[in-house]
Amino acid sequence: METLLALLVGFLTAAGIYMMLNLNLVRFMFGLVLISNAANFTILAAGRYEGAVPALVPEGLKTVTTSVANGLPQALILTAIVISFGILAFSVVLILRTYQELGTVRSDRMRIADTTDYAPKATAPDGQGASEVAGS
Amino acid sequence: MAQFAEPASAHDDTHAAATGKRLRKLVAVTALPAVLTLIFLSLTPSIAGGDILRWAMPWFPGLGVSLSLYVDGLGLLFALLISGIGVVVFSYASVYMEHYAFNTRFFIVLTLFMLSMLGVVLSDNIITLFVFWELTTITSYLLIGFTHDEAKSRYSALQALLVTGLGGLAMLAGLILLGLIGGSFELSDLRAGTVDIREHGLYGAILALVLIGCFTKSAQFPFHFWLPNAMAAPTPVSAYLHSATMVKAGIYLMARLHPTLGGTDGWVWALTLAGGITAVMSSVWSLYQRDLKQVLAWTTIMGLGTLTLMLGGGDKYAVMGAMTFLVVHCLYKATLFLAVGAIDHATHTRDRDELSGLRRAMPKVFALSVAAALSMAGLPPFIGFIGKEVMYEGALHAATLPALVAGFALAANAMMIGAAGIVAVAPFIGPERSWPAPPHDPPLAMWLGPAVLGTLGLLMGLLPFWLADPLIGPATSAVYGSPVSVHLALWHGINLPLLLSLATFALGYACWHFRAPIRAALERTAARVPLTAEQGYDHALAGVKAFAAWQTRVLQHGSLRGYLGTIFATIVILTGWSLVRGNVLPMQTNLLDATGFAWAAALLIVAGTATAIVANSRLTAICALGAVGVGTAMLFAVHGAVDVALTQVLIDILFVILLAIALLELPPLDRFRPRLSLANGFAAVVSLAIGALMTVILISITSLPLDTRITEYYEAMSVPAAHGRNIVNVILVDFRALDTLGEIAVIALAGLAAYALISLRQKTLTARRDDDGSVQ
Amino acid sequence: MTSLILSTATRLITGLMLVFSVFLLLRGHNEPGGGFIGGLVAVIAFALYGKSRGTAEARRALYVHPNVLSLIGLGCAVAAGVVGMLFGEPFLTGKWLFVGGGDGDKGWPLSTILLFDIGVYLVVVGAVLSVIFAMEEEI
Repeated sequence: METLLALLVGFLTAAGIYMMLNLNLVRFMFGLVLISNAANFTILAAGRYEGAVPALVPEGLKTVTTSVANGLPQALILTAIVISFGILAFSVVLILRTYQELGTVRSDRMRIADTTDYAPKATAPDGQGASEVAGS
Repeated sequence: MAQFAEPASAHDDTHAAATGKRLRKLVAVTALPAVLTLIFLSLTPSIAGGDILRWAMPWFPGLGVSLSLYVDGLGLLFALLISGIGVVVFSYASVYMEHYAFNTRFFIVLTLFMLSMLGVVLSDNIITLFVFWELTTITSYLLIGFTHDEAKSRYSALQALLVTGLGGLAMLAGLILLGLIGGSFELSDLRAGTVDIREHGLYGAILALVLIGCFTKSAQFPFHFWLPNAMAAPTPVSAYLHSATMVKAGIYLMARLHPTLGGTDGWVWALTLAGGITAVMSSVWSLYQRDLKQVLAWTTIMGLGTLTLMLGGGDKYAVMGAMTFLVVHCLYKATLFLAVGAIDHATHTRDRDELSGLRRAMPKVFALSVAAALSMAGLPPFIGFIGKEVMYEGALHAATLPALVAGFALAANAMMIGAAGIVAVAPFIGPERSWPAPPHDPPLAMWLGPAVLGTLGLLMGLLPFWLADPLIGPATSAVYGSPVSVHLALWHGINLPLLLSLATFALGYACWHFRAPIRAALERTAARVPLTAEQGYDHALAGVKAFAAWQTRVLQHGSLRGYLGTIFATIVILTGWSLVRGNVLPMQTNLLDATGFAWAAALLIVAGTATAIVANSRLTAICALGAVGVGTAMLFAVHGAVDVALTQVLIDILFVILLAIALLELPPLDRFRPRLSLANGFAAVVSLAIGALMTVILISITSLPLDTRITEYYEAMSVPAAHGRNIVNVILVDFRALDTLGEIAVIALAGLAAYALISLRQKTLTARRDDDGSVQ
Repeated sequence: MTSLILSTATRLITGLMLVFSVFLLLRGHNEPGGGFIGGLVAVIAFALYGKSRGTAEARRALYVHPNVLSLIGLGCAVAAGVVGMLFGEPFLTGKWLFVGGGDGDKGWPLSTILLFDIGVYLVVVGAVLSVIFAMEEEI
């Protein structure tokens, strides 16, 4: 069973990264979804497959008697799912707002923050060159 | 006070109020250094009697760092100089700084500097010492750049910070090595310790690192260039930090470590050469300067070089000479700086070509300048003469090449006489000039302190035992490592030091007499120097900046795909490499025990993912991702993860809702047409490689046995301890509730941030609409 | 989205879903459910309500601003943690009060754990609805 998950994780990771390397930010976002699914499966597989019995203590008993699913990775995944949804919701809004401001969803055309020229200025002997550092 | 003044007598009252304000300010700023001076003076008898005061408080005990004070002869001598000169400088500055902006800030920083400097000389713990040392660097930076609206000030401040700061870092490395090898971070333990650092293999490294720190701080060649530039600071600061106290910190540390590190060939040669070259070179250049403050700055470097030279000598006379000269130098140099400040204050110039004939206009300044200059020139009966005699005595007793040491000292001292004349005599003699505002003597607060220092120089020359017994003796003993009885006197009989003194006077008079031709010759030489140390600094700084700009352009190229590609490729290379060269991983597959339901879910995920990749329409992509979510939930269910599966389904629904809203506004997807380009190929290769890596790693992880102790603990304690049967939920809200708290904080923040992003836009839109309305 | 059928049906469905979400929240400690799941169900209920009757209507139905809701939720969770500290135990230690307990029956459990889970519920509802409403209004 874990092998199936491992193959699936590999596939989802590859697909997710491939889409994240796309210049279109909407595809990037889809890649984000896929890669977070892969991450959740990784945690699940690391907790091993113990059958389909949920991690519930039967009514009236102090502890589990039969083999139940590993509860720890499930709790971690639950957290991870909700967090990645929060991040996703934020990135959807971010991409939406970026599109409204810049008129594009392609990351290579978003150059608004990069208008400053970082070319070094020659250090003048009278200390003009240093003034930028010292004065800032 | 002024606001209660009657109109009729407004002028008198304002004047009285101004005087009262001055007096209050004077008392306020000089109170602390004065009290400290009295405290240190009261300690003198017991310290001179051989006592050592100690006080310690653990700071980071685990790291061997403690806040420990240690007052012995050396520390007390420095502490007295710092606080005593402090009184003079603070009172002087209370008038001098009147017309500067940010007066309060100035005195706060100056006070902080004084306390840090006292911390340096009184710390026993070397880490604490380093902290105070760096605090003096920082306060010095703030004070040099005090007139920060001038580019020159900013440049000089940064230069001093970089040079002394980098030196300080080297020193820290050396001090840590010293503490580790010596087995203690307390200087007193190191001196008394059983480990002889000098025998250790790393001694050379320690010595080099510590000396770099001392040489940069005390402006030894080739790190001397920052000190003349530091004269951009207001004159009281130059007098206090860059002449009398801070630049002596390096000297202090060398003196302090003399018993621990000194006496070896490396120590002797490093100090002798650096000190000698510094002393001779700087005294030559002092004759070249036009600005009187620059003359003083270069003579300060000469003084520091001489002190280094003496400490290198290692003989008890040399140490005695160093300690005597330390006091001498503080006394006359502070006086001269303050006198030049007074001239500048009155005439608004410090150019030696523009100044002459001030003797009638400024008689008090003239008198105290001459007193200081006589001490500086080393003429009897001033203390400077004794200092020079002891120094020659020490030079002749030097461990190696006494002739060389004496030669260095003779050359430097001779030129010092010329420089003393240039600073303290030349501006006052010669023809009187006409000034825009007639120059006048400064108010009492500005001349009393320097006058006291000048008088001390004379008194100590006449009564040298005042100085020798309580201060120089204990300090020399502390540096030398064993008790030394110090006897200072004006007349020692006719001996070699006296002859050297006479030679110095003759040469010095020549320097003074031929000052104009010497300067012309130096001007010609200066034009021919191919690379000064300062130009070297400028080139290095420009290089660092160019490198920073270059690597910023290369690394911060602004392409999201570039960043991600770099990160992912790094993962592939590093992980893949360690997989290849590591041990063979266990690989046990168990594909066959997967249930049919699991296979169906996996197929759904694969199909959905593939569709999402190649989708050309937004709707297709959303549906495909929805299908992936459903498949994911199914797989969770197969693993008995009911809560997770439920959450996944709900999130899936919300995800579709959210995207459906967002994509209405976003442009349609461009057609999926992967071309055979470098970027596409790179993306494909990297993503496939990471996918393969993940599969391999995960298979080998799941082939290893699992430690289930935590899970078993949760299963066992869920009902008894947390009264809950749903183990997953109990973990979330009880056992690991702190994680969950962090998580919901993230969720709440993400919600707030997204909301802020959108409402910001709505506000802008409203504002724009309002603007349009007003225009129409 | 002004279908009469949807509009009428949502009133009923939204109510039912909200009740169900609270049910999921309360039973979460013993059966599948809990703050996250309950919260998500409530979010979907309100999102549906907003879709059919307009966001303004949905905001009115929620009564407080979603951001306020999520901050209240955070406050609940922190408060639940502080209670343990009042008893001199570490932050977030669970404290239980069994109301009407007898032999064999623990009675009605009241706990800081429940308060914590309610906090989670409120944060999820508030934060996600904040985004969804804002986006709905934006378009």
